[in-house]
Amino acid sequence: MKPDLKQWAVPGQWLAPGALLAAAMCAVVFLWSTPFLWMLIASFRPDPGGGLGMASLFPDFVPTLQSYRYAIEDGYWPLWFLNSTILVIGTLVVQLVTISLAGYAFARINFPGKEAIFYIFLLQLMLAPPVLIVPNLTTLVHLGLYDSLIGVMAPYWGSAFGTFLMRQTFRTIPKDFEEAAIIDGASWWQVLRYVLIPLSLPGLTAFSIVSVVYHWNEFLWPLMVINDPDKMVLTVGLVSFAQGAEGASDWGLIAAGTLFIMAPLFIAFTAFQRQFVNSFMSSGVK
Amino acid sequence: MNKPTRETPRSFRSARPYLLLLPAFLCLAAFTYWPMLQVLLASLSDKKRVGDSGTFVGAENYFRIFQDAHFLGALANNALYAAGTVIPSVLFGFLFALALRETTNLSSILRSVLFFPTLVPLVGAAAVFIFVFMPDIGLLDYYLAKLGVSATNWLGNPDLALVSLMALTTWKNAGYYMLFFLAGLQGVPQDAEEAAKIEGANWLQRLYFVIIPMLGPTFAFVMVIALISAVSQIDHVIVMTDGGPNNSTSLLLYYIYQQAHEFYDLGKATAATVVTLIALLTLSFLSMRTVERKVHYET
Repeated sequence: MKPDLKQWAVPGQWLAPGALLAAAMCAVVFLWSTPFLWMLIASFRPDPGGGLGMASLFPDFVPTLQSYRYAIEDGYWPLWFLNSTILVIGTLVVQLVTISLAGYAFARINFPGKEAIFYIFLLQLMLAPPVLIVPNLTTLVHLGLYDSLIGVMAPYWGSAFGTFLMRQTFRTIPKDFEEAAIIDGASWWQVLRYVLIPLSLPGLTAFSIVSVVYHWNEFLWPLMVINDPDKMVLTVGLVSFAQGAEGASDWGLIAAGTLFIMAPLFIAFTAFQRQFVNSFMSSGVK
Repeated sequence: MNKPTRETPRSFRSARPYLLLLPAFLCLAAFTYWPMLQVLLASLSDKKRVGDSGTFVGAENYFRIFQDAHFLGALANNALYAAGTVIPSVLFGFLFALALRETTNLSSILRSVLFFPTLVPLVGAAAVFIFVFMPDIGLLDYYLAKLGVSATNWLGNPDLALVSLMALTTWKNAGYYMLFFLAGLQGVPQDAEEAAKIEGANWLQRLYFVIIPMLGPTFAFVMVIALISAVSQIDHVIVMTDGGPNNSTSLLLYYIYQQAHEFYDLGKATAATVVTLIALLTLSFLSMRTVERKVHYET
């Protein structure tokens, strides 16, 4: 019997190898999702520190919101949410401007040195920013941006990945549109603002999703830049919060806190699955 | 007759592309190129702190790190960690893509569940995996005990701690890599597979002789992004093990972080950064070449 990968899409073949494969994949995916399932169940458990039964994946109890209540009381969630939101938006807005301008120059204008400059930009794709934490921290100190959210954002304002993505996106737009606008007397700025940008929304969305997810989840860089508890972001807050709860073996509390930080992206992902998947596929050039 | 004044002077027009590139370029220069130069210079001087003047000491800092058992340990750990995360996560990504290749209602749900760990912050995953790996009461031991396996101190045993971190990384990244393989599989022409089928090739032969060769560029590319992540992601090390026990989970970037943040040894931190950057650049050039090859394939 030959297991044919294509057969299992055909309905009505329940004992075919395809059905077997589907069943096996369901089992694997269940196994893969157990950390999430556990987190969800643990967060509703009435005795969240409780010994041996804590790991059980069967909710054999009356669910309670107690862990969530304690989590809310223990952490500075509104502040951390606010700081993370400021960080993510502040990074993205500037990025969108710089990558659109630079992407436009690379896609539409011919100028001396274009190729060399393009390769200089591309070099950044090969450097993972976290590796440069030591010198970048020095630069922030010199610029007086140490211990500020602006300092966390600044290194990401010029994104080579975004520039590259916008260049590709602009190049897929036929030049006829712009030429028509120019004949009507539009300036380069009007062409960019009213013709190219509206036609590049898929590219801009793709970049935005990857950028937001990356910066919402980033930990090491904000940990190094921020000292002031009032400027702490969610990831750093979660770790300090979890370390306290871990000392008390309060696993329900950790689960609830982790669910807080995941919630916005989880909701967005559920609503816009296709966009998320496409964005992350384009992030491969990063 | 006067032309409308909106016409821009010629000199402005020729400067325009550079002005458009300037904002992005300034940021890249300030936080990528300048720091690279700075880190190189600092690694050759004896200054202990940011802002010290320091004198030129040649390769001394490099001798110091290569005589430092912690650095050599971190280098070895990172190599092991890279092998132990890249191979399983790429393999799982590939197998998942193969199994979920056809788009059905079921397969799109399963894909989403497998992809979801990509969106979870590494620190959040780490906080939860501390519990997964707890001896006795943790998720893993609780269910292993039902199979008759006795309690294991996953994160406390120097021989197992790095393996436990590898498991977390594999869990988190396999679904991301699956996306690239799903895209790659769409590019495998149906008629090539059909032809092989008519020739009597079984599914294993088709996989080995048709599908895998066509996915060559995808494999190489995904392996390189997996390698880059194995060098640049250490959030879970900070949260779960702090490099321990016995430095068994100290990776290169963790070493750099420690030298800069805890021991204030700028010489060692910068020399280690340069070594890491060289390793990373070598890997990334590989990636760029792969991307180029991939483009050639498609056109």
